[in-house]
Amino acid sequence: MREVAVIGVGMTKFGELWDTPLRDLFAIASANCIEDSGVERDRIQSAYIGCMSSGLFNQQEHLASILCDYAGLAGIAATRVESACASGGLAFRSAYLEVASGASDFVLAGGVEKMNDGADATFCLASAADQEYEVYHGITFPGLYAMIAHAHMAKYGTTSEQLAHVAVKNHRHGAKNPNAQFPMEITLNTVLNAVRVASPLGLFDCSPVTDGGACVMLCPVEEAKKLGKPIIKVIGSGHATDSIALHDRPDLTTIPVVKAAAERALAQAKIGIKNVDFCEVHDCFTIAELCCLEELGVFERGQAAQATVDGATSLDGKMPVNTSGGLKSKGHPVGATGIAQIIELVEQLTGKAGARQLLSPSIGLAQNMGGSGGSSTVHILEVS
Amino acid sequence: MITPRYHREIPQRYRLEAGKCTGCGKVHFPPRRVCKECFGREFETVTMPTMGKVLTYTVIDIPPAEFDNLKPYVVAIVELENGVRLTCMVAEAPPDKVEIGTKVEMIYRRLQTGREWEVLQYGYKARVI
Repeated sequence: MREVAVIGVGMTKFGELWDTPLRDLFAIASANCIEDSGVERDRIQSAYIGCMSSGLFNQQEHLASILCDYAGLAGIAATRVESACASGGLAFRSAYLEVASGASDFVLAGGVEKMNDGADATFCLASAADQEYEVYHGITFPGLYAMIAHAHMAKYGTTSEQLAHVAVKNHRHGAKNPNAQFPMEITLNTVLNAVRVASPLGLFDCSPVTDGGACVMLCPVEEAKKLGKPIIKVIGSGHATDSIALHDRPDLTTIPVVKAAAERALAQAKIGIKNVDFCEVHDCFTIAELCCLEELGVFERGQAAQATVDGATSLDGKMPVNTSGGLKSKGHPVGATGIAQIIELVEQLTGKAGARQLLSPSIGLAQNMGGSGGSSTVHILEVS
Repeated sequence: MITPRYHREIPQRYRLEAGKCTGCGKVHFPPRRVCKECFGREFETVTMPTMGKVLTYTVIDIPPAEFDNLKPYVVAIVELENGVRLTCMVAEAPPDKVEIGTKVEMIYRRLQTGREWEVLQYGYKARVI
């Protein structure tokens, strides 16, 4: 396999973008990305675009073709990738594998979701769970993570206040991100007193409903050197699946698919989690960030909550987590999220993260998850 | 929900029928064509026990539109006496009567009214005992 680099990034602002249709979200992100990469249009051979549910959200399928057409890229090989909320991460992995294999040199990895287009977002998102044996019985996505949270509280003594610290921390980071949907700081009381969605989770334990697009350009390291770009190398790519029904998992406080994907990515990179300087994890709900950190091995099981309270995951902590603001503050346009995580890694590794810049990090990890843990990708990027 | 889909799920929804692998004995609910444990393909139909306990739960305050008339309601993961787990509503109890470990029994109830052209949708719920 060839070594692969990320040589350009572009995204839209995340938010309620009432004036921007689905097709424009990708067009803006890809045009920004191509401009940033310095690659001429004719050299781009292929695109992989993550989108969870344009059929339910926008009544639009056949997505890769229409998006590439409106992005000025009609003619290239384009593929829509779906793995619920991990669609973006999986699009990145698909593009990575195509370049690594030698099949193509310049490949776009993008992600989009237009969630504010009139559809019932709770209904659309629930389609990432088991329709016949979970959704039929009235469960929602906040409800699935609420059941994980109750199990975690019973086993480890995790509290609602500890969960609230995750949201407060991510908003503190997101306040420094100009592309974030909700770039404002919040207090513990805001989180704890918010309207309940699915107990024990309230509105501020949940990531928002968001429109957005994101795109990155991949190519062989050799081509990146010819273009004189900083070399941001993909050193690990892991992907795993599991049962999508939460009730089929042996321990309801764990999300084994994250551990499996991380082990594959870390093995490829030939490093341990201790060598990672910062990470973006899938905080679709506050409890999810804690579970993911425990699966990645950043903290022992049951320890992530107190570590968050103690500041270990803040910008100045020993493992900064979700420096972008995470899904909670930056926003969660589901198909775009996995790509936006990669963009944050690239911006941190190239020193372009502005007010949230870490002190010269060299290795970053992005973990993107589908559903309640039915799929996950993990990618590790290194600057050299 | 279209009628053929509803019809094919009646053995599970009305009678709690599961598939027991004749190779390794693993009970699958819903039934599967391939055993998750031993990769076997032969199954016998078994009926699940109706008694169980709550492993975890939530109170849904913001439901999808089709459940709006029921809010707030409790959804739980229930482990039945044979070790099989399923997700269902807990009926006939105020939300504060349900916690981890609460003993429940499975009952048959209407779950969704559906849109006017759809069949009424029935199935299992749990109730506190």
